Amino acid sequence: MADGRMPSQQRGAGAAGARLAAGRPLPAEVGVAPEQLAYANLIAVGSLLATVLLVLGLILYVTGLLAPVVPPETLPRVWHLKVQDYVAATGVPTGWGWLAYVGAGDFFNYLAISVLAGLTIVGYLVLLPGYLRRRDWVYGALVALEICVLVLAASGVLKGGGH
Amino acid sequence: MEPHLLTALGMMGQEVALAGEVLAVEEAAATAWWAWPLALFATTFVIGILGPLGGVGGGVLFTPIVGGFFPFNLDFVRATGLLVALSGSLAAAPGLLRRNLANLRLAIPPALLASTGSIVGAQIGLALPARVVQLLLGVTILAIAVLLLVSRSAEFPRVPSPDRLAAALGIGGVYHDPATGQTYEWKIRRTPLGLALFVLIGVMAGMFGLGAGWANVPVLNLVMGAPLKVAVATSNFLLSITDTSAAWIYLNAGAIIPAIVVPSLLGIMLGARLGVRLLAVTRPRVVRYIVIALLFAAGIRPLWQALEG
Repeated sequence: MADGRMPSQQRGAGAAGARLAAGRPLPAEVGVAPEQLAYANLIAVGSLLATVLLVLGLILYVTGLLAPVVPPETLPRVWHLKVQDYVAATGVPTGWGWLAYVGAGDFFNYLAISVLAGLTIVGYLVLLPGYLRRRDWVYGALVALEICVLVLAASGVLKGGGH
Repeated sequence: MEPHLLTALGMMGQEVALAGEVLAVEEAAATAWWAWPLALFATTFVIGILGPLGGVGGGVLFTPIVGGFFPFNLDFVRATGLLVALSGSLAAAPGLLRRNLANLRLAIPPALLASTGSIVGAQIGLALPARVVQLLLGVTILAIAVLLLVSRSAEFPRVPSPDRLAAALGIGGVYHDPATGQTYEWKIRRTPLGLALFVLIGVMAGMFGLGAGWANVPVLNLVMGAPLKVAVATSNFLLSITDTSAAWIYLNAGAIIPAIVVPSLLGIMLGARLGVRLLAVTRPRVVRYIVIALLFAAGIRPLWQALEG
């Protein structure tokens, strides 16, 4: 399997890139681990959901069915500003403050963007139990640490900027 | 020349630059607001076509081209560039994971380092003055163009035995290539050096919003010795993790303007679909040189802007 230890490696077999005999049945490790498949399926469904939300958001925004927080016709006067100045000029929320404005035409689009940016976090949560079940503590710890890093980035604690 | 005259000339220069900036903003404001997102959609559609044909991700073309030729601040362009690269990698990831080409055991350690680096990079990028970012971006894009021009990949780098860290982590694998009908076994080398380079790649990806495929593949393939197909597929997975963490930093800072992000994502998605179809009937080498030429042009633009401003 792609993320399991290679039995052949433990035996110290063959040079890297070595070709195995043609027509020989594939070794078990070529099979895909269940959690890897689950991760792949999750990404596929999530990406589709994000695309649908993106198109829906665009329609709602452009047609004006949902009124935006920042009227689009004012954008050319502010999109050249650095982000800190743009936030000050428009009063748009930072961090997770957008959730309060999700009914607005422009901030509805944040739903799609958050789905896109959140998929890998959920994906790693799917991967973790597989490593723990196999008692692969090193990779279990690496996956857990990655979840912490991604959650920290998503939390809004580290907003950046300040120039 | 008298010092006060120099000062006066300097002030005049600043005023002229400021007047130019005001003029540019007024020109942009005078254009109907929807004209820019529409132009952005058309541009990203073309970038989406060129990306798969030229063997580079959309992010590395998006940031310098849109940053150089559209009236948006680089903060918004970099945030969108990360989302463009992220959406591209997420679109390709399921197929690569299902076919077992993307190797999680190889990807997980560098992903942790690169994603941590990209958070730091995003924070640096948002804190630096625009002119410094433009200058560094220009230099980086030109360096990437040179890298693409001179680097040669190795389909199966020879790795007689894995290094100690790779052996301890059990990194290696076997993959089946439908193109040749063969099954290949592979190992990696120089893992500590490779991991250190991924910290740097992460910082640069976060700082410039470029994606990271341009650097991931050479490090995985040439430095660490992973077979080319495994390196490309694993890079795609890595990119999704690296760009996610940096994208959150920009998103939380308020650097997402839907009128910029939505047309860009849709343009890239549609263009990439067409690009993948065209891959069968075009000569990738020619397109690759077009992409490299575009990168040179796109790299010179921010350098010029930074030095001019």
